[in-house]
Amino acid sequence: MTYHQATYDEPLLSEIHSDNRYKVPEADENIINLIPEELRTDNVNLPVIAEYDVVRHFTRLSQMNYGVDLGIYPLGSCTMKFNPKFADRIASMENFSETHPLVGDDSIQGSLRVMYELQVYLSELSDMDAVTLQPLAGAHGEYTGILIIRKYHESKGELEKRREIIIPDSAHGTNPASAAMAGFDVVEIPSSPDGTVDLDALKAALSDRTAAFMITNPNTLGLFEKRITEIAEIVHKSGALLYYDGANFNAIMGITSPGLMGFDVVHFNLHKTFATPHGGGGPGSGPVGVKKFLKEFLPIPVVEKSPDGKYFLNFDLRNTIGKVSPYYGAFSTILRAWAYITYHGSDGLTENTVRAVLNTNYLVSRLGNDFKIPFGKLKKHELVLTTENTGKRALDLAKYLIDLGIHAPTVYFPLNVHEDMMIEPTETVSKRDLDQFADALISASRQDEESLKHLPVNLSVGRIDEVKAARQLKLHW
Amino acid sequence: MSKIPQELKYTKSHEWIRVEGETVTVGITDYAQSQLTDIVFIDLPKKGTKKKAGEVLLTIESVKSAEDVFSPLDGEVTEVNSALEDKPELVNKDPYANWMVKLQKKGGFGETMTPEEYKKFIGE
Repeated sequence: MTYHQATYDEPLLSEIHSDNRYKVPEADENIINLIPEELRTDNVNLPVIAEYDVVRHFTRLSQMNYGVDLGIYPLGSCTMKFNPKFADRIASMENFSETHPLVGDDSIQGSLRVMYELQVYLSELSDMDAVTLQPLAGAHGEYTGILIIRKYHESKGELEKRREIIIPDSAHGTNPASAAMAGFDVVEIPSSPDGTVDLDALKAALSDRTAAFMITNPNTLGLFEKRITEIAEIVHKSGALLYYDGANFNAIMGITSPGLMGFDVVHFNLHKTFATPHGGGGPGSGPVGVKKFLKEFLPIPVVEKSPDGKYFLNFDLRNTIGKVSPYYGAFSTILRAWAYITYHGSDGLTENTVRAVLNTNYLVSRLGNDFKIPFGKLKKHELVLTTENTGKRALDLAKYLIDLGIHAPTVYFPLNVHEDMMIEPTETVSKRDLDQFADALISASRQDEESLKHLPVNLSVGRIDEVKAARQLKLHW
Repeated sequence: MSKIPQELKYTKSHEWIRVEGETVTVGITDYAQSQLTDIVFIDLPKKGTKKKAGEVLLTIESVKSAEDVFSPLDGEVTEVNSALEDKPELVNKDPYANWMVKLQKKGGFGETMTPEEYKKFIGE
């Protein structure tokens, strides 16, 4: 297969001037006269760009780009599923998209019903008792979850003592950031040689100063923490809470749940697990689920249903941590997640999980002879391999893939494996694409090192000088 | 093969240490710089900063990742290699000539290794 990305010398939107002129709409004299003379002007300085130039501009940019609509996007940790179009269609319906957020409950029963039902779906999928849809991203969900844990310890009069949050060294970088943002000290524990939580290190780190232990299961190496119920027991025994980073929920959904494993607080990444568009900084959505004893601390409002079947926004939670976002969360993402869950149903969601895990393990079997894949052969939703045994750098192999029109995996994360690639195919990819990806990566490892250094050559941009970009930072906007 | 000078001590977090009386010089090893690849920023501490053994002394950013460098002992920062502020890449060129921080010894050392032990530790 030969691949050439479109290349245009495309100016910035602000540099484009179409020949046509804009016309300010006519207005009623009586209305104009209401505006004081000194506030009126003939020159409103609007951009002069015709529709045809705007559409062509963005179409050209999209042709110089790569997205989930083009092919496999195996960016480990990011869960780049194909985003189904029916969900976009529902989110674009005017009844939803044109609703003003301050309209009274009576006029938006349909929107409230969607939110209520999503709260119920997420509670059931995770075996938690209550859910808030307020947080606007995964990290925002983590932060909200940690604030709930803080409020819980405060309500018991133990916050002054419980200042530490324990996090394994394989955690997502947002975990320590969320804990620190909420005012806790971060205690990092090393992983055991098999890549999972080191129970002895955890026991040694736990004390009456511990507020919570944050983990994701399966972890960033795609490994299931088999001793999770034992972990839950020793964490709870020390008086701390157990936090579930839901970034990898797509690996277990429908098979098991954070609630069954003994977690107290969980956040969901709607944009990952439930296939809504993300990347490039948003939009995300990070609902948080809690066990019953933490319900009173949830942010406000939560959507509830009265006995007569009316949906309403409840702002009256006794010990709420307060508001964490304007209005009611990332509503368009909430809609897409609701549509995705409703469409697939519980059997469909479970099947998606099974297929995601199957695809990953298929790649393990395809790549295992050419690359070292540490920590055992059986993975969940993603795998981490090292390119060290091939003598090539992960970065160079990634450039080879990109040059063939295949999105590269995550490189150099997690930090506990050298020269690593973190590969997450998801369930929305065919066997043909998996084979093409595996063939390309194996072929990359057999290229001569010098030739790899010049790649990519088939894209709209060549090899980026990352060192220069980082050392001589120039920002324009 | 990484360079591991005989006259230095080493840590598990890949710092090298030179002890001269009460002055202790700290840098990162050749193995560490090769793992980091191109270093783009070094966040040096202020003079007078007091650190306990095992506390974060400074942070190094490379095109690959950001990593902490830990204080090998209880001490006070007396000098920093400010040439690295503009030219962090010097550490890639020669990690042993381009030290990062000098500390005045105030207490004990954490765990350290001999050159032979460090060589074994990094599997070379």
